[in-house]
Amino acid sequence: MNDLIFLIPAFPLTGFLVMALAGRYMSRSLVSWIAVGSVTLSAVITIMAGIPFLRGPNSTAITSLIYTWIDTGGFKADIALHMDALSFVFCFVITFVGALIHLYSVEFMKDDEGFARFFTYMNLFVASMLILVLADNLLLLYLGWEGVGLCSYLLIGFWYRDPGNGYAARKAFIVTRIGDTFMIIGLFLLFISFNTLHIDQILKMAPADWEPGSVKAVAAAILLLGGALGKSAQLPMQTWLPDAMAGPSPVSALIHAATMVTAGVYLIARMHTIFTLAPVVQTAVAMIGAATLLIAGFSAFAQHDLKRVLAYSTISQIGYMFLALGVGAWSAAIFHFMTHAFFKALLFLAAGSVILLLHEEHDMHKMGGLKNRLPVIFITFLVGGASLSALPLVTAGFYSKDQILWLTWASDTGSKWLWIAGIIGAFVTSLYTFRMIFLTFFGKVKTEPSHRPGLLMTVPLITLAVLSVVGGFVEFPGNMMPVQIFSGIITTVLPAIQIHSHDIPEWVFQVISGLMTIMGILLAWRLFYKPSPFETVFHKSRLNNFFYSGWGFDGIYDALFVNPFVWLSEINKNDFIDRFYNLLAGITRLFNSLLSYTQNGRLRWYAMGLTAGMVIILVLMMTL
Amino acid sequence: MILVILIIVLMAGGILAWIVGKRNTFLARSISVVAVLTDLAITLSILLRGTGINDGWIIEYRAVWIESFGIELHLALDGLSLLMLLLTYFIGTLSVLVSWKEINENTGFFHFNLMWILAGITGIFLSLDLFLFYFFWEVMLIPMYFLIGIWGHEKRVYASYKFFIFTQASGLLMFLAILGLYMVHGRETGTYTFDYLQLIGTPMKSAMEMFLMLGFLAAFLVKLPAVPFHSWLPDAHTEAPTAGSLILAALMLKTGAYGLLRFVVPLFPDAAEKFAPAGMILGVAGILYGAKLAFAQTDLKRLVAYTSVNHMGFIVLGVFALNQLAWQGVVMQIIAHGISTGALFIIAGQLAERLHTRDLSKMGGLWNQIPAMGAIGLIFVMASLGLPGLGNFIAEFLTLAGTFRSSILFTCLASIGLIFATVYSIRIMQKVFYGPQKVDHPIKDLTLRESLIMGSLVVVIFYLGIFPQSVMKMSAPVLDRILKTEEISGNTIPDKNNTESNILVYDSN
Amino acid sequence: MVTVSMEIQLALAGLLFLTGLVGLLVRRNIIFMLMSIEIMLNSAGLAFVIAGSHWMQADGQVMFIFILTVSAAEVSVGLALILQMFHHYRTLDADALNRLLDKKKMEN
Repeated sequence: MNDLIFLIPAFPLTGFLVMALAGRYMSRSLVSWIAVGSVTLSAVITIMAGIPFLRGPNSTAITSLIYTWIDTGGFKADIALHMDALSFVFCFVITFVGALIHLYSVEFMKDDEGFARFFTYMNLFVASMLILVLADNLLLLYLGWEGVGLCSYLLIGFWYRDPGNGYAARKAFIVTRIGDTFMIIGLFLLFISFNTLHIDQILKMAPADWEPGSVKAVAAAILLLGGALGKSAQLPMQTWLPDAMAGPSPVSALIHAATMVTAGVYLIARMHTIFTLAPVVQTAVAMIGAATLLIAGFSAFAQHDLKRVLAYSTISQIGYMFLALGVGAWSAAIFHFMTHAFFKALLFLAAGSVILLLHEEHDMHKMGGLKNRLPVIFITFLVGGASLSALPLVTAGFYSKDQILWLTWASDTGSKWLWIAGIIGAFVTSLYTFRMIFLTFFGKVKTEPSHRPGLLMTVPLITLAVLSVVGGFVEFPGNMMPVQIFSGIITTVLPAIQIHSHDIPEWVFQVISGLMTIMGILLAWRLFYKPSPFETVFHKSRLNNFFYSGWGFDGIYDALFVNPFVWLSEINKNDFIDRFYNLLAGITRLFNSLLSYTQNGRLRWYAMGLTAGMVIILVLMMTL
Repeated sequence: MILVILIIVLMAGGILAWIVGKRNTFLARSISVVAVLTDLAITLSILLRGTGINDGWIIEYRAVWIESFGIELHLALDGLSLLMLLLTYFIGTLSVLVSWKEINENTGFFHFNLMWILAGITGIFLSLDLFLFYFFWEVMLIPMYFLIGIWGHEKRVYASYKFFIFTQASGLLMFLAILGLYMVHGRETGTYTFDYLQLIGTPMKSAMEMFLMLGFLAAFLVKLPAVPFHSWLPDAHTEAPTAGSLILAALMLKTGAYGLLRFVVPLFPDAAEKFAPAGMILGVAGILYGAKLAFAQTDLKRLVAYTSVNHMGFIVLGVFALNQLAWQGVVMQIIAHGISTGALFIIAGQLAERLHTRDLSKMGGLWNQIPAMGAIGLIFVMASLGLPGLGNFIAEFLTLAGTFRSSILFTCLASIGLIFATVYSIRIMQKVFYGPQKVDHPIKDLTLRESLIMGSLVVVIFYLGIFPQSVMKMSAPVLDRILKTEEISGNTIPDKNNTESNILVYDSN
Repeated sequence: MVTVSMEIQLALAGLLFLTGLVGLLVRRNIIFMLMSIEIMLNSAGLAFVIAGSHWMQADGQVMFIFILTVSAAEVSVGLALILQMFHHYRTLDADALNRLLDKKKMEN
């Protein structure tokens, strides 16, 4: 089995190469088969490789060395893969959800002239993401990290004719690159300290060499966090994700919901030892997560573009994952990652169908009454939305979010303020989710859909809807049922959480969070089910604009970074250093023009020159 | 003898091309291609023979030239020079191919200049006699001046003058330093010689060492170019014909880097150590300033020219970090940057041929009509910003990792340069290939000749990114040896023996 | 014989030279410039004779004859050139001969 895991990234990579070189000359169906087939094959191999992990808690990791990449000057990095329970979960989500999204895209992109180009980029993305989670050393991880950034850039700007898409793509790439720069400095620090970038070795050596709270540990953790914040669109680097909705919806589903944006979560989880050695930073992770989930949640409430609601929702949900990581609830974070991948991908794909069928209409206020026109989409969207809102007991989202909220309170490193933030966030989540549902699917029909979606679109939707319900049943809270499959798997890699002793029993928190969800749904019903003056009044308010603009971050960044940089470049376009050299040349020319006056062709002038020279030499000879 | 043949083939090929070119341009071009390919074949055969790559000099050739001054015709090849020569001949072949349709007047003379530039560069990478080194430095310079001045674009005369004066002036400073070193060595040891191997380890006073090193540095820093001596580069690169830009960017700049590694550090180890912080500052300045300037340009070739300043900043930074890891990064950067920037210049040239403009505001949305060129442009733009999987990433990573050992601050500053590099790189993609279409007439995609050129460059840059080990194996022992001489040689005399202060007095003993 | 000191003699020669020089510089008519040159040559010759008489050697006188010959040759060439000049320019003004003037160079 060890020798086969290289196939997991190899299949999509091969698909990418084939389509990159010959995609133009292939028929659409051939391209579809290659694209969907490669990811599906990866999914199959993943599941085959993952069976030992699913069977027993004592499974060890699978490793596979492909070749030595770099070995010089005391630095060694291999192209080598390492699959353990953590990477297995990620691989499963990436390949499985990825395959479904590829299938959906075959129909979604069928009228697009860039069909082959789309799947080329998508396969490259899947390959890079798999390399990222399967890498056994940080340099190879960084390769996958940058690779997904590249594909994100290419896919956001896929419809390149519109300069707005290009702008969104550039914004995404540059903001994530800023995070990547932090990360690479962190890599340098880790390398200098441990002489290796091999993940397992670092995780073993770090507790031995570094004191908890030491400068190096804190520095390394902050730098790695910087990378994670960029990729996962958390505060303060969250501004790129809403604009990234310019890309096609399958892209939003795959990259900006299920996988790439969770790379930060993966990084922190994978390097958890470093973070536990820097508790200050770990608390910062939790606080950033809490702040982000609130800010993004409120922003989602004010959006009118369907996809932007989902984008802010993603930022918010990843905030929950960061919150979990920050309080040491490693398994809960990964669990929420998995359920979130299911229901968020579902929501994006469904939203994509709605937008496509409504002739590229993005504004929810121009939609409505679609529940009868597009029943399958409505039902699946409803299921996804319910899971997102964490509807109690019947949705996967409930189990994962509830676990996070409980552990935020109960963990050794948790706090009640964080829990309060999480609870408010849950309320806001269900509020904006059902606002979205009511505005889009209920009420009067404002735009007619052109036709019903085909099988290739509905099958993935239904599959993901099913998973959004049953996906939670692998992990029940302690007081409901003794089924804890998920954490059982994850705790082979990540440490189990420490819970402090508490007087308030768990069920109280579960009830409170359930209540929050229901209250949110009810309020949304009250305000949005029937067209009410609330929306129009609120729309004009300053508070709404503030939320709508994502709390003004874009404006701040523009003023602080973008505009000064552009201005500085513009005024020095011609390089002031050049002026210095041109000055030298100018002085030389000045002397030239002055001295050329002596060249006036007159005989007497020259004679004068001779005489003057003679006199000077005589004087010099006599005085020196 | 093989080494001399390498040079002679190019020189003879150039002369032959000139003579033949008056009658038949196709024949002239073919002669050039054959000459360069011959040299490439010879170099490849040396590589494949594989002997002696790990222990010092693979091939050496010595002949006496001007005995009374101690000047010899001393050429030698080791792992580092072998890599440089492979790069030279590869790029040389591409430059001849690129100019196939572009140069139609005085073709024979053009190829003569091209061949002699390549011969000069070969000589630089091979010579171990300092006088010979300077000779080849000049041989490289004058044909390039002609190349820019005769076949260049609108401001070619200005650009060629600027290039010539900058390089010549700094070269003269280097020559003074060479003569100085010659004198000092002769004074101290009694033998007057220009031979590199004998000049290593010359005992010198530290002030003298610093002066001499600065003389050498002048030439190399101008050539690299390091900020603030970079002014000649944008004009020279922009106004040169495509083949000229290619050779300038991919090869001539690297002679500066090579000079730093081969001559400055081994000959003046203590002075190099003292200068290192200043050197790293220059490197960081080049990285940041070059990137900032690149972003502001509206002329595509000028933008790519400034990216060279940015990337060479990494080389300056890495050299003065003075450790093995950074130096491996420098060697990788030399090769990878040559390939990636060369490719970008070729693309700029191809676009200029089709659109008759270099102005970015007149381009846009070209991916639609020329997707193949767009895809290749994307690859090299990504190389430019240091995407892993391509050679430049390895180079920049190793350079920065090595520099981190020497100075954390400079590494962090240089890493900011990575962000700026991203900004200008994707600006190229956006302005040229994406966005609304600005060009109304149909444009052809890559021809077979162009596809061959670009394809080979793509293969090489991926190879460097995925299998860098094969390259680094060759340079590792050389760099190791140079760094060891740097560590163990302590060749400064205490200043209290300051009897002779004026080295310009020639002591004819 | 009245002996005059050498300084006075040389002073005479120098004065003569100066006269010739000033004449050369001041006059515009090319014939007068030529004559001034003659005067300068003669003063040089006078200086030689003075030196010869001082050292009691015949070399001074020999040099004077030499100078005479040279000046004769030079004058004939000069007059021929002046004739040509007059032929072309119709004037004897030395300032008319300024074709070697460096006109303002064009920008690079």
